[in-house]
Amino acid sequence: MSGETVLPAPARAGRGRFATTVVVLAVALLVTLVISLGAGQYPLSPLQVVEALWHALSGHAAPSPAAGVVTSVRLPRIVLGVLVGAALAVSGVAMQAIFGNPLADAGVVGVSSGAALGAAASLTFGLSVLGTWTTPALAFVGGLAAVLAVYAISRSGGRTEVVTLLLTGIAINAIGGAGLALLTFLGTSSTREQIVFWQLGSLNGALWSSIALVAPLVIAGVVATIVVARRLDLLALGERTARHLGVRVEALRLFVIVVVAVLVCAAVSFAGIIGFVGLVVPHLMRMLIGPGHLRLTVASALGGALLLAIADLIARTAVPLADLPIGMLTALVGGPFFLWLLVRTRRQAGGWG
Amino acid sequence: MTERMLRAAGVHVQIAGRATSLLADVDLAVRPGTFHALVGPNGAGKSTLLGVLAGDIGPSAGAVTLDGTPLDRLGSRALARRRAVLLQQNSVSFAFRAREVVAMGRAPWQGSAAASEDDDVIAEALAATDVTHLADRVVTSLSGGERARVGLARVLAQRADVLLLDEPTAALDLRHQEDVLRIARDRARAGDAVVVVLHDLNAALAYADTVTLLAAGRVVATGSAADVLTPERVSEVYGQPVDRLTDAAGMPVLVPRRR
Repeated sequence: MSGETVLPAPARAGRGRFATTVVVLAVALLVTLVISLGAGQYPLSPLQVVEALWHALSGHAAPSPAAGVVTSVRLPRIVLGVLVGAALAVSGVAMQAIFGNPLADAGVVGVSSGAALGAAASLTFGLSVLGTWTTPALAFVGGLAAVLAVYAISRSGGRTEVVTLLLTGIAINAIGGAGLALLTFLGTSSTREQIVFWQLGSLNGALWSSIALVAPLVIAGVVATIVVARRLDLLALGERTARHLGVRVEALRLFVIVVVAVLVCAAVSFAGIIGFVGLVVPHLMRMLIGPGHLRLTVASALGGALLLAIADLIARTAVPLADLPIGMLTALVGGPFFLWLLVRTRRQAGGWG
Repeated sequence: MTERMLRAAGVHVQIAGRATSLLADVDLAVRPGTFHALVGPNGAGKSTLLGVLAGDIGPSAGAVTLDGTPLDRLGSRALARRRAVLLQQNSVSFAFRAREVVAMGRAPWQGSAAASEDDDVIAEALAATDVTHLADRVVTSLSGGERARVGLARVLAQRADVLLLDEPTAALDLRHQEDVLRIARDRARAGDAVVVVLHDLNAALAYADTVTLLAAGRVVATGSAADVLTPERVSEVYGQPVDRLTDAAGMPVLVPRRR
């Protein structure tokens, strides 16, 4: 390649790249799902998986016990993983937009632990005022309180310095952790087990009934983010300039905070704290397709779903007869990635700006 | 029928708990077709006044009206179609390309008939500010001066007829300073109301139709550049003796008296 290459019309090139990214992610997701559905204690070939799905869809009885396992055990778990991955990745996109900082993530800034605290409270105290919605509702309240706290404390002039964001996250995580510890102490042995499971993050025990709760929340959150995507782009210019361009910044901020709380509570209520998805996925997608929030939201939803589908496959199959906590796996990848990102951000900003 | 203009009447801006006000009793009228410079020493309240004119800062007393309508009564989008603002701070949080940033200036027109001209308007704005060659570069990789010009292109792309520019020449080299001032003057000639905060009094003398000199939050004088920027007044307000000379082209220039 010569140094001087003539670039094609950039808008069109960008669109092509976006389309390719979306198609590749979608195909990879489908392939992962089929492999994952077939993998486990009762292994099935991809063909048998498709056959089992077909039978289930057309309302027939499962053709074999293994096929029954696919639809009643593996499928809900995998679907939950896909939903949770999309929710976490999109919550990262939304939070990074309003914080004006690419290091904002539900786990890092403590929104997940706030939500987990709410969810754990519903369990420990045996609350059921809202029926099956009690746990997600309390998770929403905890998550909302955490985002509001971080938001109120860490921002100045529409941007958040890395240091302030991380320190606030440490404090919020500490408070959430203390609350969870208290609930662990107060709880019975079964609720204790549940809380420990939350802190590790796991898709184990997913039921179709939990998906019925999670799916509408995730879809609503992703659609809401897509609706405000263009306004989120303008926020990158700073709050005052966004306002000069006709964005009602205060209303947008509040809306996005609620959307983040909805997405995180959907993710945390049944899967616990799965960290770094909201950090890693949007960042990788930005490198691929640029920072425009409409495309970024769509690609990140797919990317987050794919990441958790792969992580779940590894969690179930890496150690025979054991189910690794998926939060441990994402942290294993996300932690080093986060460090790399920190070092890079610090170098670029010439400090902690 | 009310006269078409951006008008501040009796504007006070005070920060709660502080005795001195940032702006006191400021009257200002900017008519279409004028290049109106705001000058004054540091801390005189120039940027605050620009913020008030932009609708960012609500005055504690007094009012700002655009063609007779108070700014806070115009909807945010209606206002965005009428006035564009260039701040001193032009950093962008994410790695958008320069063209994308300029395209953001079209946001207020999204969904309107004017949106069909987006591509032309953007190309024109890029060319006017001499950043067409940077269009596909990522803004976070640009120098301060380049970013400021991209910011100006964004403001031009907004196609508002009131332009508020806060020290648009601050980060620029000599040639681009003159370019920016010329663009601002051309916009005024084309019928826009242009308000520019300037530090360079000679730029105000050369380009501005009207100059408002501020000091300590008050208007010291308003009028034509030559009337307002007399050596006596400038010497007094800035606390630095200056002389008015005539340059090779016959234009007045203010020069600080140096010993």
